[in-house]
Amino acid sequence: MTRLPEFHAAKWDEPLVMEMGRPGGRGQLFPAPEPEVAEAVGTGLIPAAMARKDRPELPEITEFEAQRHYLHLSQMTLGMMGISLFGTCTMKYNSKTAEYATLRPELAEVHPYQHPDTLQGVLEIIHDFDVILRSLSGMDQFIFQAGGGADAAYTMATVARAYWADRGLLGQRTEMVTSVQAHPCNPATAAAAGFTVVNLPLEDNGYPSLDALKAAVSDKTALIMINNPDDMGIYNPEIKEWVRIAKEAGALCFYDHANFNGVMGKLCARELGFDACMFMLHKTFGAPKGGGGPAVGAFGCSDELAPYLPCPVVVKNGDRYELDDDRPKSAGKVREYWGNVPQVVKAYAWARAMGAEGIELASDISVVANNYMDKKLAEIPGLAISNPDVTQRRMEMTRWSLGPLTEETGVGTADFANRMADYGIDPWWMSHEPWIVPEPFTPEAGELWSKEDIDHWIAVVAQIAQEARENPELVKTAPHNQPVAQLKGDAFEDPEKWAMTWRAYKRKVAGDTATQGVA
Amino acid sequence: MRIGLIVNPVAGLGGAVGLKGTDGPDTVAEALRRGANPQAGARTRLALERLAARCPGADLSVAPGPLGADWAEGSPLTLDIAHMPAASGTGRDTQLAVEAMRDASLIVFAGGDGTARDVAAALPEGAAMLGIPCGVKMHSGVFAVSPGAAGALLADLVSAPDRIAWNDAAEVMDIDEDALRAGVLAPRLYGLARVPVARRLMQASKGGPRMDSAEALTAAAQEVAHNMTPGTLYIIGPGTSAGAVMRAAGHAPTTLGTDALLDGAVVARDARASELEALASDRPVRIVLGVTGQQGFLLGRGNQQISPALIARAGREGLIVLATEEKLASLAQPRLWVDTGVPDLDTALSGYIRVRTGAGRLTMMRVGAS
Amino acid sequence: MTSQTRAHPWMANSAPGAVQAMLDEIGAASVAEVFEQIPKDHFRKTPLDLPPALDSEVALRRDLVTKLKRNSDCEANLSFLGAGVWQHHVPAVVDEIVGRTEFATNVWGSYQSDHGRNQAWFEFSSQLGALLNLDVVQLPVYSWGCANGHAVRMAARMTGRNKVLVSALSDPERLSVLRTYCQPSEMDSHIEVVSVATDPTSGRLDLGDLAAKLGDDVAAVYFENPAYLGTIETESAEIARLARAAGAETIVGVDPVSLGVMTAPGDYGADIVTGPVQPLGVHMHCGGGVGGFIASRDEARYVHEYNGFLVSVAETVQDGPLGFGLACPHQNSYGSREHGKDWTGNSTYLWAIAGAVYMSLLGPDGFRELGELIVARARYAAKLLGAVPGVRIVWPDTTFKEFVVNFDDTGETVEDINASLRKHKIFGGIDLSNQIPSLGKSALYCVTEVHTAADIRRLADTLKEVLK
Repeated sequence: MTRLPEFHAAKWDEPLVMEMGRPGGRGQLFPAPEPEVAEAVGTGLIPAAMARKDRPELPEITEFEAQRHYLHLSQMTLGMMGISLFGTCTMKYNSKTAEYATLRPELAEVHPYQHPDTLQGVLEIIHDFDVILRSLSGMDQFIFQAGGGADAAYTMATVARAYWADRGLLGQRTEMVTSVQAHPCNPATAAAAGFTVVNLPLEDNGYPSLDALKAAVSDKTALIMINNPDDMGIYNPEIKEWVRIAKEAGALCFYDHANFNGVMGKLCARELGFDACMFMLHKTFGAPKGGGGPAVGAFGCSDELAPYLPCPVVVKNGDRYELDDDRPKSAGKVREYWGNVPQVVKAYAWARAMGAEGIELASDISVVANNYMDKKLAEIPGLAISNPDVTQRRMEMTRWSLGPLTEETGVGTADFANRMADYGIDPWWMSHEPWIVPEPFTPEAGELWSKEDIDHWIAVVAQIAQEARENPELVKTAPHNQPVAQLKGDAFEDPEKWAMTWRAYKRKVAGDTATQGVA
Repeated sequence: MRIGLIVNPVAGLGGAVGLKGTDGPDTVAEALRRGANPQAGARTRLALERLAARCPGADLSVAPGPLGADWAEGSPLTLDIAHMPAASGTGRDTQLAVEAMRDASLIVFAGGDGTARDVAAALPEGAAMLGIPCGVKMHSGVFAVSPGAAGALLADLVSAPDRIAWNDAAEVMDIDEDALRAGVLAPRLYGLARVPVARRLMQASKGGPRMDSAEALTAAAQEVAHNMTPGTLYIIGPGTSAGAVMRAAGHAPTTLGTDALLDGAVVARDARASELEALASDRPVRIVLGVTGQQGFLLGRGNQQISPALIARAGREGLIVLATEEKLASLAQPRLWVDTGVPDLDTALSGYIRVRTGAGRLTMMRVGAS
Repeated sequence: MTSQTRAHPWMANSAPGAVQAMLDEIGAASVAEVFEQIPKDHFRKTPLDLPPALDSEVALRRDLVTKLKRNSDCEANLSFLGAGVWQHHVPAVVDEIVGRTEFATNVWGSYQSDHGRNQAWFEFSSQLGALLNLDVVQLPVYSWGCANGHAVRMAARMTGRNKVLVSALSDPERLSVLRTYCQPSEMDSHIEVVSVATDPTSGRLDLGDLAAKLGDDVAAVYFENPAYLGTIETESAEIARLARAAGAETIVGVDPVSLGVMTAPGDYGADIVTGPVQPLGVHMHCGGGVGGFIASRDEARYVHEYNGFLVSVAETVQDGPLGFGLACPHQNSYGSREHGKDWTGNSTYLWAIAGAVYMSLLGPDGFRELGELIVARARYAAKLLGAVPGVRIVWPDTTFKEFVVNFDDTGETVEDINASLRKHKIFGGIDLSNQIPSLGKSALYCVTEVHTAADIRRLADTLKEVLK
C-alpha cells in the first residue's frame, strides 16, 4: 500500500471569545456625535422606558485579538482544504475573481431599493444569467429569490398554491406526490406549504414504478416533485412517462435539478415535459457554500406559471433592465428582495467561464470520474454498491454501503467519516434519512478533483477499511488528529445540559445565577 | 450497571443444515445429526474479545458452563458465575439463567429470535436486553448488527455510557417454525423490550434536524384518531404502530392483541373474531393495521382475529395502515402482503395502498397476495 | 461527447489524456457509454445556446467589472435608504474572516473537522444572546421575514391557535413573506394575519385595539422595536403583558445595532425574538446580505419548536477544550398539530460568522457608542430636514435610525424629489406614498454611523435647493 501523507489539524486550544479580553478593552471605536449634532439634539434620546441599563456581556478585546481568534477558528475548520468528494453537494472550485468582483462597492454597497437607473449593471447580469439558465432548462423565466434549494422547492409549492387558487381548486388539489428518494426538502417544504405528501417507494429497478405513480395521482394532486438521477446514481428512464401521467391527472410537474451536474447540457427539463425546475447555484454553478449559505435556489418555470412567480422579476425592456413588481397573480414573496445577488453574480461568472462546451465537458468528466471511482471502490472488500442488480453505469454519484464491513468489524459509516478527517480528507456524506442501504456513503467526484485526488481518497478509504479489521477501536474512537476529541452526546437532548449560548452554559454548568428574560 | 451474559449453545444450528430454526430438542438433535457446527459460543467469544480489548477488567455475570462461562474462559474480564439448576437443553435454561441474574439491568444473550423470546419472557421489569446475533431467525429488533458490534456497544456501556441511547419499544418477534418448515412465513410480535443502541454521534444531516420517525408515527396516529367517523367500528390490530392510534384516542392498547373503538370508546379488548364480528353488526368497519418488519405482512400473520368477513366489510379503502418510513425502507421487498385465507379477498386487496408515516404524510405501497 | 483544445483551469481531468485513462480503466469505449442509463430520446434536441466562454480570468474579470460598473452605489452616492437593508460600517476584519476559504467554501464535515466553524457559530449565538438577554439563539434563517414566518408558526403550534396580530404599519416586504408562511386561506392550516391599528400621533401600537383583538384564538402578537417606520415602542412590556394574559406568545423583532442603547427584549417579556443579521457586519449586497435570527428563553417547549440549527456546547470524551454540536438533532417541528413541519436547508450561516466577529469587535462599549451616534445623527437629520420649507417630520423625537419625512406641503411627489436628489448624487428615502397612503407623500429616511453631520447638511441643503 502506498504511504499516505501524515496530517494533523491545527489545534489551538482556543478559548471562547466570551472568555477573552479585559475590562475596557476595545476592538472598534465610534466617533462621538459632532459638537453641532450634540448641541442640536442633546442627550437621553431613547425614551426612558426603553433605555438600556445593563451592559451586555460581550467580549472586550483588541482588533488584533478578534482577527487572530477567528483566524485560529478558520484554521480549525477543514473546509474543502482536504479532498471533499461530498456527494449530493457537487464540490467545485469557487472562483476568487468572482468573489472579489462581488466585494466591489458596485455590488457590496448597493441597496435593493435603489432606482433601477442605478442598478443597470447588476440587473443586466441577472438577466443574462436568467437567459443562460433558460437555455439549459428550456424554461421561460427564472427568479433567484429563494435562499437555497429547499427554498426553491418551497417556491414551487407556493407557485402551485397560487396556480390552483387562481382556478378555484386549491381546496381540492391538496396533495404533492414525490419519490421516497427525493431530497427531504421536497416533502418538507410541500408540507410546510400545506400540502399532504404522498411518497412513492423505490421498487424493483431502483426507482418508483409507474403503477405506483398511477395509483397515487388523481384530481387531488396539485403537483409532483421529482429529482433525476437520484442520489444512488440511478436515472429513471420512465421520467417522460411520469410527466405524461401526472399531467393527465392535471398535476404540475417540478424537476428538482439538485443532481444536475451529470446531465447538464445533456437534458432539457422542458423537453421532458416539466413545467418548472430548480438549480442550486451554490452547488452546480460554482458559487461557494459558506458552510450553509448564503445560497441560491434558482427557480424557473414555463410562461404558464410565470404570472404566479414571487416578485420582483428582472425583465429586459429594449436596452433597459427593470424590476417587475406589478404581477397581480404573484404567489407572494418567499424571502425579502431579489435573492442572494452576489451568489447569482458568482454563478453567472461560472457559467461564462465554462461556456457551453465547458459545461458539457464538466458533465462528461463528472460521470466518467464517478464510474472510475465505482470501479476502484468495488475492489475494496467489505464495501457494497447500492442496488447491485442495476448493472448499468451510474451517473455522477453512487450510493455505497459499508454494510458487509460493519457486520464484520462493527465499524460503521459515521466512524469512517470521523477517521477520514485524521488523514486530512473531508468526512464523506453518508445519506439523508431514512437510510435505504445500511451504513451508507455517497461520494461524488465532480469535475474539480483530479484522478490523483480520487486515487488518494480511495487509498484512505482502503486504509480505514484495513484499520477496521486490524484495530477497530482506532476507528471507533476517531478522530485522533483533530482539534477536539469525540463529543459526549448526552448534552444535546437534555434540557438540563444543553446550552445554546455562553450565558446558558454559565447558568447551567457553572452555576452562574444570571437571570434570563422575565418569565 | 450490572451486565449478565447467557449463551444458547445450540442457537443457529439449524441454518447451515437446511432447517429453518432450532426450536426444540428434536430439531437440535436433527441438526447435529446432519452435521451442524455450533456457532453461538464462537460468536460470543468475538463479542467478549471486543469488550475486553477496551475494558479488560469489566464485571460480567455469566450463566454457568456452556450457557455462558465456557465462552469467557481465559478472558481478562471479571466474571461472576451465576448459580442455577442444571441445564436441560431447552429454552427453559435461558429463562432460568435470566432469573438467576435478577440483579442485572442488561441481559446480553447469544441466540436468535427463540432465545430472545425466552429472555424477554423472564426479564424483570425495567431491565434491558441485547442480542449477539447467532440465530437462524433474527426478526426481532434486539440484536446488534454483528458480534463485534455487540462487543463495542458493551464497551461503550461500560466506559462511555453517554454514547448509548435506549429504545424502550424494540419488538421481540418470532416465527412459528412448524409453519416455516411447511413453507409459510408467519412472524408474530411477542412483546416489547428495552435495548441499548449506539448514538450516532455525528452532525445532523446538512438538511437540518432529522425527523424522528417514532414521533412522526405518533402524529400520524393522532391524525387518524382526530378524523375518526362516528358510528364506524375501528378495529385496532396488534403491534405498536396500530397501538399508537389507541394511544392517540386516549387508551392503552393491548399491543399483542386486537382492540376495537367506537365513537372514541373502547368496545373490545384483546378480542376474538366472533366478538369483533358481533360488534361490527351492520356498522361500517375500518381496520387499523401495522406492518410486520422485514416481511411486510399486513394481514394473516399474527392478526388472524381480524377475520376475512371483517376484512371484506372494510375493503381495501377501509384499511388504515401505519408504519415508519424506516420500516418501509427496510422491507426485504418493497411490498406488503396479505394472506387472509380467502384467495378472492386477497386478490381484491391487491394493488396500492396508502400507508401513513406521519401527519399529512403517506407512502404508496404495493399490496400482494402471498 | 465534447472535444477540447486545452485544459480548463477549474477542471483537473480536462487535461489531455485524463478522461481516456479513466475510460480505459473502467473498460468503456467512449464517454457516451457512461451515459447508458439515459434513453436516447431523453437527450436534448435543442443545442445549448450560451454566450462564448470567457475561460481566461482576465477576460472574465473584465466582463464582470464592466457590467458592475454600470451600477451606481451607495459609496459613490450619499444614500438614505433603509427598511430592512441598511448601510452600516463593516469592519475590515469581518471581511477578512468571512472571506477565509475554509469558512467560505466549507460544506459539512464532522464535529471535529468543523470545530472552528462550530465554535464561531456558538459565539454568534452567545454574543447575540448577551445583547438580547436570552439564552437560546438559533443560527440565522434566510431573512428577517422568514424568521418571522417560522416564529409565528412556532407560536401557532405551541398554542394550537391560528391568528397572529401585527402592526398596521408593517413593512410590506416582510409582511408578504409572513403571509406566504401563513398559507392561503383555502388551506386547512392557514394562519390569519390581522392588523392592529396604530396611534396616529406616535406610530406606536394602539393598545386599545390590541386588547380588543386579543381573543383566545390569537397565537401571537408580533411587533418591532424600533418599528418599520423607525418609531420606538415604549409600551413593550405592557404589550407583552396583554398578550400573555390572553394566552398568546409575544414575538418581538429588534434591530441588533440598537441594543447598546435600547432595552434588551428579554427584559420586557418577549417570548420569541427575531431580527436581521445584516446590520452585524454584512454588506448590503443588493439585498443579498440579509439573514434573520430567532431567539427565545431556554425552555424545552420553545426549543423543541425551532426549525433549524441550535449549536450547543458539549464536553468531549477527553479533558481538553469544549466541543460544539447540534442540540436536538431529532428535532421536528411538526409534532402533533396540523400546521405541518417547517424545514431548513442551506441558510445564511456564513453571516453568523460575520456577526460573531462584528460583535466581538464592538464589545459592550462599541454597541453603546454606535447606538448613541446613530440616534444622535438621525435626530439631527430629522431636525435639519424638518426645517426645510414644506417638509415635515411625521413623528419627531420617537425614532432610532429611521424616520418618516412628509412632503405634502412641497407640492411635489417623492418620486420627483428623489429623481432630483439623484442628480446631486443623493439617494433619498424610500417612497411610502403608495405603500401607506394615509401618510401622504412621505419617505422613510435612514441615517447611520456612516453619515457624518456634513453629509446630513448636504442632504438638507440639496433638498432646499431642489424644492425651490
